[in-house]
Amino acid sequence: MKLELTPEQRSARAEYRAFAQAEIAPFADRWDREEALPPEIIRKLAGRGWLGSIVPAEHGGPGLDMITYGLLTEEIGRACSSTRSLLTVHDMACQGILRWGSRAQCEHWLPKLVRGEVLGAFALSEPTAGSDAKGVQTSAEKDGDGWVVNGRKKWITFAQIADLFLVFLQCEGKPTAFLIERTTPGLRVEPIKGLLGTRASMLAEMFFDGCKVPAENMVGRPGFGVSHVVAAALEQGRYSVACGSVGIAQACLDACLAYSREREQFGKPIFDHQLVRAMLSDMIVQVRSARLMCLRAGYLRQMNDPGAFMETMAAKYLASTVAAKAATDAVQIHGANGCTDDFPVSRYFRDAKVMEIIEGSTQIQQMTIARFDFQEL
Amino acid sequence: MDQTQGKIKEFLSRFFKNHDLQPQEDIFALGFVNSLLAMQLVAFVEKEFGIRVEDEDLDLDNFRSIEAISNLVARKSGAAAPAATA
Repeated sequence: MKLELTPEQRSARAEYRAFAQAEIAPFADRWDREEALPPEIIRKLAGRGWLGSIVPAEHGGPGLDMITYGLLTEEIGRACSSTRSLLTVHDMACQGILRWGSRAQCEHWLPKLVRGEVLGAFALSEPTAGSDAKGVQTSAEKDGDGWVVNGRKKWITFAQIADLFLVFLQCEGKPTAFLIERTTPGLRVEPIKGLLGTRASMLAEMFFDGCKVPAENMVGRPGFGVSHVVAAALEQGRYSVACGSVGIAQACLDACLAYSREREQFGKPIFDHQLVRAMLSDMIVQVRSARLMCLRAGYLRQMNDPGAFMETMAAKYLASTVAAKAATDAVQIHGANGCTDDFPVSRYFRDAKVMEIIEGSTQIQQMTIARFDFQEL
Repeated sequence: MDQTQGKIKEFLSRFFKNHDLQPQEDIFALGFVNSLLAMQLVAFVEKEFGIRVEDEDLDLDNFRSIEAISNLVARKSGAAAPAATA
């Protein structure tokens, strides 16, 4: 057993951290207030090869190993959860295509996604269907050689600007995945504003009104949309969110260590007050434990181990709850200052809450993790 | 039951406790197949037998029984399909 990053992975992490702290973190609060990411940061991410970074070289991507991918999402998430969300949903679309797309779909879309010429997004949730993925009501009916799609999607991250959507719907009553382009006639996208957290992740509601979709845009086969395509994309998303949550928790820790040394009460830095120090110690231990879970999940994913699915879910469950606790304590340590937008911990607090809801809520994961270990008995 | 089928049975048995799964028995009819099993099953056959399950393989009949999965593995690995097991 060797719990150590390779020299290449350490070097990659240093590059990610330097970029994120210079090009993202200083602007994250502003993007959060403006509820949008500027196009130039998306161009920069694409220029570095960090959009679709899981895509292998045969399709034009860098083919990052899963550990290195986790380091990327942690460092970006440490700076800005909305920017990390862009990577997450773009890579979920890539993963769905990569895992279950046809050869033609892979050859056509993946190089464009890697270059950032096309932004991808994942369209599953609806006004009445979230955790119950099979309960989606958006439907596709046969129309000549293709399909006609009608329905509605909601809470779709980066739908305001995405070009290509991996959409899940009922295809003649069977859960099925389709690639649907933004330019498809009959597709209307309406921004969602005023979100609690990850406010710059440009969510939107989508309305499909008689959208004609070619047959070759189906991903996988009818009936396998949820069990295979959604599952593969969501596992990718969970891993990305898990590592991003570690990033939030680490950012909370960074902020609290700095603040607790500077801030004085009763004639000494608050770091020297025992109850503050206890919160910091708990935060340190929890960040490290969540990171270890992510590394294990990444290792199993890299090995294509059957246990990766559950380990990734467990990592996301732990990391998101750790981020929420760390952010709550970070606001507490910052006191009134933590309740303002003068300090980033208020953004971390709002963003961390979202991590407990997306890519499988905490409660869905609690139900599933127990069932998995029951089966292993 | 050959070696491939034995490995598949061992994997599936975790999901079908207290049931001696037979090579031709329909695992969907037993009612325990869910998305959790589906993804793990794909990863298992890929890792265990060194094959790649592709989009055109997404057919329930390829995963319906130990024998069906074994036949899929044989086809994907370029080997002759094993004889049907009674």
